[in-house]
Amino acid sequence: MSYILQNPGLVWGLLLEHLQMTVLGLLIAVGIALPVALLIHRFPWLNLPLLGALGTLYTIPSLALIILLVPLFGLNSTSVIVAMVIYAQIILVRNLIVGLQSIPATVLEAARGMGMNAWQRWWWVQVPLVLPIFLAGLRLAAIVEIAIATIGAKFGAGGLGDLLFEGIAQAGREDKIWAGAISVAIMALGTNIALLRLEDLANPASRISRRAKSIRGKPT
Amino acid sequence: MSAIEFEQVSLRFPGASRPVVRDCSFGVNAGELVVILGPSGCGKTTLLKLVNRLYEPTSGQIYLGGTKIRQQSVTTLRRQIGYVIQQSGLFPHMTVAQNIAVVPKLLGWSRPKIQMRVDELLTLIKLPPQEYRDRYPSQLSGGQQQRVGLGRALAGNPDFLLMDEPFGAIDAITRASLQEEILRLQNQLQKTILFVSHDVEEALRLGDRILILQAGQVVQYDTPFNILQRPVNGFVYELVGAADRVRQLGILRVETAMTPLSPSHSPERNPSIAAETDLRDALSLLLQTGAAALTVVKGNNPVGVVGWQQIQAAAQGKAA
Repeated sequence: MSYILQNPGLVWGLLLEHLQMTVLGLLIAVGIALPVALLIHRFPWLNLPLLGALGTLYTIPSLALIILLVPLFGLNSTSVIVAMVIYAQIILVRNLIVGLQSIPATVLEAARGMGMNAWQRWWWVQVPLVLPIFLAGLRLAAIVEIAIATIGAKFGAGGLGDLLFEGIAQAGREDKIWAGAISVAIMALGTNIALLRLEDLANPASRISRRAKSIRGKPT
Repeated sequence: MSAIEFEQVSLRFPGASRPVVRDCSFGVNAGELVVILGPSGCGKTTLLKLVNRLYEPTSGQIYLGGTKIRQQSVTTLRRQIGYVIQQSGLFPHMTVAQNIAVVPKLLGWSRPKIQMRVDELLTLIKLPPQEYRDRYPSQLSGGQQQRVGLGRALAGNPDFLLMDEPFGAIDAITRASLQEEILRLQNQLQKTILFVSHDVEEALRLGDRILILQAGQVVQYDTPFNILQRPVNGFVYELVGAADRVRQLGILRVETAMTPLSPSHSPERNPSIAAETDLRDALSLLLQTGAAALTVVKGNNPVGVVGWQQIQAAAQGKAA
């Protein structure tokens, strides 16, 4: 803890680096997962092979996966980000598909029968209904990516993992290990809470309970 | 030409051994409520969905208000047709007001106009706007959801309504009150309605005419009265339970059996009964009061007379 207080600038810089990697990894992952999920939703026979393949990739230990990627992308953050994207796929794609499948057929039929075109059905009906489930997946993926980014320091990606590995390499620098561990933990918890909030906002059921609370809370 | 006109319409799904809808030709007049009745799998829902082009016919033409439905874009067509489905199909993430506002929004109405329309419709379907406007569908009972579904279908002020077993999943008591509601609204709004049902009582109660479908073909298309009295074949006879005379009385409206009022008749002396009630109620009232005949009233005006003779004639299948 004292290390963090003594080197706030350094720790802050590493934290930003860590965050940047995670956000970039997530953005790319979502950009890939969305079309993949839509494809599977459109052609259900793709479900088994694609989810199977993504699930298999997920079982490869992250360290091994990054090592496999180094010859392709070099010893830098790119390999780590690619690993993040691969890991997040199964989580994001699965949640998107579950979300799309959870929309009752009657709701989509009503949307069609009322004269919404495909674009309106997507933005007015499908997106808002899939959002809570998608965000739950995004939260899980974010945590996984924060963890992978930590290991990424070993491959020259930077981030808070630097502190951990330096602490291990230098004798008597347990303070660096503590500083790294605490920072990563705070970051993961913070991300979790922030995304949980977002999820809550997107969920119609919680909108109802919030409204009920605000009514109850009103002075009579 | 009728408001809705089917001309030799057939639909065969790819790979199916026989068509779901076969050579259907019929017309629905403006302001008429027609119930499509038949056992499950007879193609009645498919027939309905041909009208708003959720299915496209393999052959034949469908006209709406005199023009071929294929002449318009599919979304333009659908926005002119109210659509009510089983289990309401309300959007769970939208409030009641937002659900009702969907078609007006699609039609590009101004916000104040939409807001006024929403409150107007909520009042019409008897859900006080202040209380229900901001609720979510999950906070409503099944019957209330179906009312909102109806309000949503009426929102764009369409001339046509398609109703696909709207009360199929609703308990008997709520269903009866919703059916009454439909008759009240129809009296007021005079829409052209196609209503799919597998419930004979519902069909006889609601329909101005009933279209009976068997294996995708129209077997009989007539008024409830004529269908009960003159079923064209054994299938229809069985389907509508034409043998049960008391049941028949319970579904025939008084106005279908009454003798229209003659100038010599003085209405004050007899108990009165509303034209929309059924003959079974009329019979009950006759037994209860001991009167010889009842004055049939529509609104507040006497329009006819119904007595033992007319009830007996109706039960025996003779038109009054």
